[in-house]
Amino acid sequence: MSQQLKIVIDGKEISAGPGQTIMEAADAAGIYIPRLCFHEGLPPGGHCRLCTVKVNGRPVSACTFPVAEGQVIENASEEMTALRRKIVEMLFCEGNHYCPSCEASGNCELQAMAYRLGLLNPQLPYLRKPRELDASHKDIYVDRNRCILCGRCVRASKLLDGKTVFGFEGRGINKRVAVDAERSLNETPFSVTDQAAKICPTGCLTLKRKGWAIPVGQRAFDKGPIGADIERK
Amino acid sequence: MAKPLVATAPFTGCFGCHMSLLDIDDRILKLVELVEFDKSPINDIKVFTRPVDVGLLEGGISNDENVEWLIKFRENCKILVAVGQCALTGGVPAMRNTVPLKECLEEAYLKGPTVIDGKIPNDPEIPILLDKVYPCHEIVKIDYFLPGCPPSADTLWAALTALLTGKNVGLPYELIKYD
Amino acid sequence: MTENYSEIINEVVEQFGKDRSRLMDITRAVHAKLGYLPEEAIGLIPKALGIHRVEVRDMASFYAFFSREPQGRTVIRLCNSVVERMKGADAVAKAFEKAAGIKFGQTTADGMLTLEYTACIGLSDQAPAALVNGTPLTNLCPADVPAIVQALKAGKSPRELPQARVDLNLRQPGPVIFAPMQRGAAVRRALNMSPEEVIKEMNASRVRGRGGAGFPTAMKWDFCRKAEGGAHYIVCNADEGEPGTFKDRVILAQCPDLVFEGMTVAGYALGAVEGLVYLRAEYEYLLPSLEQCLAKRRSLGLLGENICGLEGFNFDIRIQLGAGAYVCGEESALIESLEGKRGAPRDRPPFPVQKGYKNEPTAVNNVETLCCAARIMEKGAAWFNAIGTKDSTGTKLVSVSGDCEKPGVYEIQYGMSVDALLQLVGGQNAQAVQMAGPSGQCLAPKDFGRSICFEDLPTGGSVIVFGPQRDVLECMHQFLEFFVEESCGWCAPCRAGTTLMCKMVEKVLEGKGTRNDLRQIETLGNTIKTMSRCGLGQTAANPILTTLRNFSNLWDAKVRSEDYVAPFDLKKALQEACAVTGQKPHAEE
Repeated sequence: MSQQLKIVIDGKEISAGPGQTIMEAADAAGIYIPRLCFHEGLPPGGHCRLCTVKVNGRPVSACTFPVAEGQVIENASEEMTALRRKIVEMLFCEGNHYCPSCEASGNCELQAMAYRLGLLNPQLPYLRKPRELDASHKDIYVDRNRCILCGRCVRASKLLDGKTVFGFEGRGINKRVAVDAERSLNETPFSVTDQAAKICPTGCLTLKRKGWAIPVGQRAFDKGPIGADIERK
Repeated sequence: MAKPLVATAPFTGCFGCHMSLLDIDDRILKLVELVEFDKSPINDIKVFTRPVDVGLLEGGISNDENVEWLIKFRENCKILVAVGQCALTGGVPAMRNTVPLKECLEEAYLKGPTVIDGKIPNDPEIPILLDKVYPCHEIVKIDYFLPGCPPSADTLWAALTALLTGKNVGLPYELIKYD
Repeated sequence: MTENYSEIINEVVEQFGKDRSRLMDITRAVHAKLGYLPEEAIGLIPKALGIHRVEVRDMASFYAFFSREPQGRTVIRLCNSVVERMKGADAVAKAFEKAAGIKFGQTTADGMLTLEYTACIGLSDQAPAALVNGTPLTNLCPADVPAIVQALKAGKSPRELPQARVDLNLRQPGPVIFAPMQRGAAVRRALNMSPEEVIKEMNASRVRGRGGAGFPTAMKWDFCRKAEGGAHYIVCNADEGEPGTFKDRVILAQCPDLVFEGMTVAGYALGAVEGLVYLRAEYEYLLPSLEQCLAKRRSLGLLGENICGLEGFNFDIRIQLGAGAYVCGEESALIESLEGKRGAPRDRPPFPVQKGYKNEPTAVNNVETLCCAARIMEKGAAWFNAIGTKDSTGTKLVSVSGDCEKPGVYEIQYGMSVDALLQLVGGQNAQAVQMAGPSGQCLAPKDFGRSICFEDLPTGGSVIVFGPQRDVLECMHQFLEFFVEESCGWCAPCRAGTTLMCKMVEKVLEGKGTRNDLRQIETLGNTIKTMSRCGLGQTAANPILTTLRNFSNLWDAKVRSEDYVAPFDLKKALQEACAVTGQKPHAEE
């Protein structure tokens, strides 16, 4: 066993193992740090920045930053919550998110994050940009209106499925998820059993013929806020 | 002291938020004790009869008539509350926002599979559509937002009673819903 | 056609040893041969390399100089950066559109000409300027344009045009960078020491990185040297893309030897066998003279095997061209780009000195820093740190442009006040000074007494002067547009935040803003600043945030007194429906 070290998150001292990230240490201690692009079993992506915490006053992403003895970390403060809420608001205004008509509603991590952070209504200017929908695959469609560019499907397809079905394309506000084909998803070896098919935090990658299978009240975030599983530990 | 006046507006939506207001069950009796309704489809009063304390807005803003009435609501109401996803974000009607209006009209009135001898309606009496469906806050100042599709009866009750009794309108986690 | 493409592409891929990390060069070469990147090529390159199509798509779609549409035989890239527009680029653009009969973004029907805009090309001191198939044309004026277009359409090489000249504009040489040098002197002195002693000497000089961040160079080299790895690399960052910066252009044109000298010293200190220069695509026209300089050094035994006769010290330098992306000036994005990928910055740690190019310890240094390193070796740390201030030793190159009489490059001693610099360049009546480019800060006259140094006003070199008549806020808006264009899109706050902020700023500049809008803009700006992943995002809001602080009077004059003004415009919103249905808007509104 290597030497444990101590860090302080929001005034609470916890112990952490060397080589852990701040997020790993916090998770193990039952402290939830909000995140959207991070997924257990995948290397961190650093896309969403929601897990940004202040380490001794300096903002860093908890999913990538290693723990070190004596770190004083600010996580759930009013300031950090407001900053995170603003990012979620940006994501809602950047894409075209119509919760009432989305199959992912109630199971959507973006939506759940908005609830948890207390976002009543996104009021930044809506971009309303048309985004491409790819329904060519027999089991799954890609609705980029709902994509938050978290890159989970990109990492999962490459690292877990060994397929590299997804990648990115373009830059800046025009960045989008691309498929490894000349035209569309049905030309790829993508399969409904792929890890990448189950990993989308929103309704961008959605299984066909499975919408609204779970009744309202029993969906993932009807029962409790996102992160409750970690906080229960 | 006179009871506070409430007006409600149905813009481009499904009336579900109004239904939800009626869905507060027997609390409606309490509400009626608490407030008086002015212009509202609930009582079918078509115009503002006097200055109103609270205006509840349902629906997105999709045509010139919506805009006109929304502005009238702002002029006549002390407090404006956007109620439900359509009023807050444009909601389901705003799904047309990523499709050019011309294509939407052509699909509905000319090319749709059930259309025979179609014609895009252009009667001067028909409200003129806006290029997009807008949320209320992009047209007038909105004081409070109640999310939901529709906001639950509990949400509406909690918010209304807080507003009318001068308390802080803060929604607990369980009442913030976008669907 | 396919067979033809296939042959061309296989040949190019072979030429670069089927090495995936050379994807940038491969794509550049294919682009040069085909004139653009057709979808077929996007499919054939990965086949030849044994990688996925989406990887090529990812990389190729990232860079501004790669086109997915057929382009004209001659591509005119007119710079429309802020200084260029101050100097009349808009009128020049109109003249080009008129002469060519097309709009920007289009290609003439005969396939001869393409017009495109581009961000700063390092010629702000002789703006407006354009790159024509890579050849710079400078000091353009609308009257010259018809003749230029006619000549290019007739197939004349842009090099033959009278505007195809780049002035050095080295207004004030100083003792460190532009003093005469003796080729090889620094390398020889270094080789007489141990690598540790070289780093010690650098440490004694207290030299700090010239890119703007000011990290102590000796510390960077020390970390890199001590980091474990199969190979160590020294990378020269010649990707100056900050609008208004052009000092590296002057260094690379005037004294490339000094740069390579510095790299060789670094190579020795780090234990590297390979050095890489990441040269921005906009400076491709400098490549032949740089290669010539490298060849000369090889022939003199200053590069290659057993350098200067020191058994076992083998080191050589390769120049990697970019393809048009500002963010690649950020060191970890630059490394990604060097590896043939999209220029997306990396999360740190690990830092490049631990895991950089090909995951090996890598020191990335600014062109100017490497020159300093060479000079420190040549003349000693004591000589160097006698220049400048306590925490900022040596000299600094500043590229001055905008509303001043003598734009150009000045080698100044650290500690010079903004006022003194304005005197020097003939910009005394400045209303504002953009210090360190858009990612720096917009200074008001109250700050002109402050001094240029790491302790007070750090700068990578860009200094833009705004005269009394200049619409400063419109310039800030254009800076923000630049960041929107150049955001890599990796992280949410920078990708979405800059675009949304731009829309909010436009509302204010259109006269529809309120005090509340300014507060919202500030909140959004602070979010982008605090939450973004790399330096680009962390500084993208600076043009707005620093003017909200230093020029609040200008912003106050823009906003209305109402507590709410709608962004909505009814007349505009009704146009589309009226056009389709023939309805007429009601008059009462």
